[in-house]
Amino acid sequence: MTASSAADFRDGATAHAAATNRSWLLVAMAAALVAMMVVALCAGRFSVAPGTALRIIAAQILPGGLEADWSSLQERIVLLVRMPRVLMAAACGAGLALCGAALQGVFRNPLVSPHILGVSSGASLGGAVAILLGVSGAGLVGLSFLAGAAALLLVGLLARIDGRSGVVTVVLTGVVVSALFSALVSMAQFLADPDSSLPAIVFWLMGSFAAAGWRQTLLAAPVILAGGLVIWAMRFRINLLSLGEDDARMLGVRVERDRWLIFAAVALVEATVVSFSGVIGWVGLVVPHFARLLVGSDHRILIPASALMGGAYLLLIDTIARTATTAEIPLGVLTAIVGAPIFALLLRQRQKQEMGE
Amino acid sequence: MIGLNGAGVRRGERWIFRRLDLQLGPGRCLAVLGPNGRGKTTLIRALAGLLPLAEGERSAPKEIGYVAQSIGDSVPYRCLDVVVMGRARRIGLFGSPSRADYRAAEHALAQVDGLRFADRFFNRLSGGERQIVMLARALVTGAEVLILDEPASALDLANQALLLSVLHQLRADGRHAILFSTHLPQHALCIADEALLMLGVEEHLQGAADTVMTEANLARLYGIPIHRARVAGTVEAVVPVFLDWPGTARS
Repeated sequence: MTASSAADFRDGATAHAAATNRSWLLVAMAAALVAMMVVALCAGRFSVAPGTALRIIAAQILPGGLEADWSSLQERIVLLVRMPRVLMAAACGAGLALCGAALQGVFRNPLVSPHILGVSSGASLGGAVAILLGVSGAGLVGLSFLAGAAALLLVGLLARIDGRSGVVTVVLTGVVVSALFSALVSMAQFLADPDSSLPAIVFWLMGSFAAAGWRQTLLAAPVILAGGLVIWAMRFRINLLSLGEDDARMLGVRVERDRWLIFAAVALVEATVVSFSGVIGWVGLVVPHFARLLVGSDHRILIPASALMGGAYLLLIDTIARTATTAEIPLGVLTAIVGAPIFALLLRQRQKQEMGE
Repeated sequence: MIGLNGAGVRRGERWIFRRLDLQLGPGRCLAVLGPNGRGKTTLIRALAGLLPLAEGERSAPKEIGYVAQSIGDSVPYRCLDVVVMGRARRIGLFGSPSRADYRAAEHALAQVDGLRFADRFFNRLSGGERQIVMLARALVTGAEVLILDEPASALDLANQALLLSVLHQLRADGRHAILFSTHLPQHALCIADEALLMLGVEEHLQGAADTVMTEANLARLYGIPIHRARVAGTVEAVVPVFLDWPGTARS
């Protein structure tokens, strides 16, 4: 050994590599998501062989096309029925999980889910009112989205005291606003016609991708993608924000502005998801925990990992929802039935780990 | 470089301190001493700009390297990733640290002899190890003012020596203004040019460390007898008399 202390001084590059050496896990997760998409395309009451499904898609993409050895019914089912729904489910799952990961970081609280900002209750109220008024389609989506955004605005206004809003204040305000909007949803249900609009509201609130065609998917996916990209771009900021207010501020972070930028992006995603597919709970809470177990807490990798896992997870749930029984099981019900036990197991696992240390 | 002019901070009706003047330039080091609850941390936070002043003015650069007294258990990142966050000002809103940032972070860790922590998780370090990593993060900001709230409170004797030598070196380089609070008067005598004794809400004794920290002043500050002595010819020692009754003598 030379006397120089540079001998044990590692190159910055190796450290950088250490920070990203889990990127193979991301590749594996992306592969799992793609595999899940293929499964979802094939599964259903009218099942299609995976090879056929892939050739049907390839025929659309390849410039020369492929010789058709499948029926037009198969083609319609894969391209027009299942494809948009698969993309929608993947986008919504990815969006919800990524938002959950971001908020858990910003709030420094692993029990936070995207619903905490009141956006989903707001969007639910918008949707319920739309159904009550007999509005459907674009009107329902629009009203629901607007109400979701209004809920966030309300939380923002109420939580701001002297131009600042503490994290705890935001959470509490979110709870209050959520409670208020939930009560209004109940009021809407109370006023609804028990034969027509009441069941419509109830089913819509329980969440489903049954209505997802190309039109809906092409509207929703870009918005979710945009919100998700903003959050992904701010992944290092989220690390900084997760240090807590004082620390982040002393490091030059404009805490207030950055936090609300993330909230706005989350609201965009959450309101879009709710307005197109109803309230889907648990994904934004459970998936980030799972991802954290696999890739650690650094948001630079946790955010993309959560997105990939969330997409695959919600696809799996949706596939079960539409194949398990003849009638579709509402998504919100399934995510809770599957999510709650998984979450309980995860919590126990973590607790055991921490106690073992 | 950093200063307070007639500054005061109030919690509700109660003043924590007031009419406090303070000036610190580059190459200077100031130690803040006072008993528990006298407002050392409040003063430090006000200086850092984290608490608004109720009266007076504060002048300070935008960038300050700040080491808080206790750093949460809930920072589940590798130490090197924690240190690199010190570069946040150079990294845009949508950016992530580059190789150069990581190199700077390793440099800062090496400066505080903390490279061995680089790959360990911050929340699994002991309190003293965390303080060392936090010092590295403060250094990597490139800030010329360093404010440290009881930086040695959780350090063992060897690490106290390490911390003091790092701060001493920084002071000698002449670029930094260093301000720290401490419960150990000897630390102040070791490396501080000036000392600020917080005797009461409006009573502050400030001046050259060696002249302000007399036995009488220290005794008044802490309410117990304190001796100063020169040990082994060169070491300035501060010896508090914890137990003072007949019968404790060995003979």
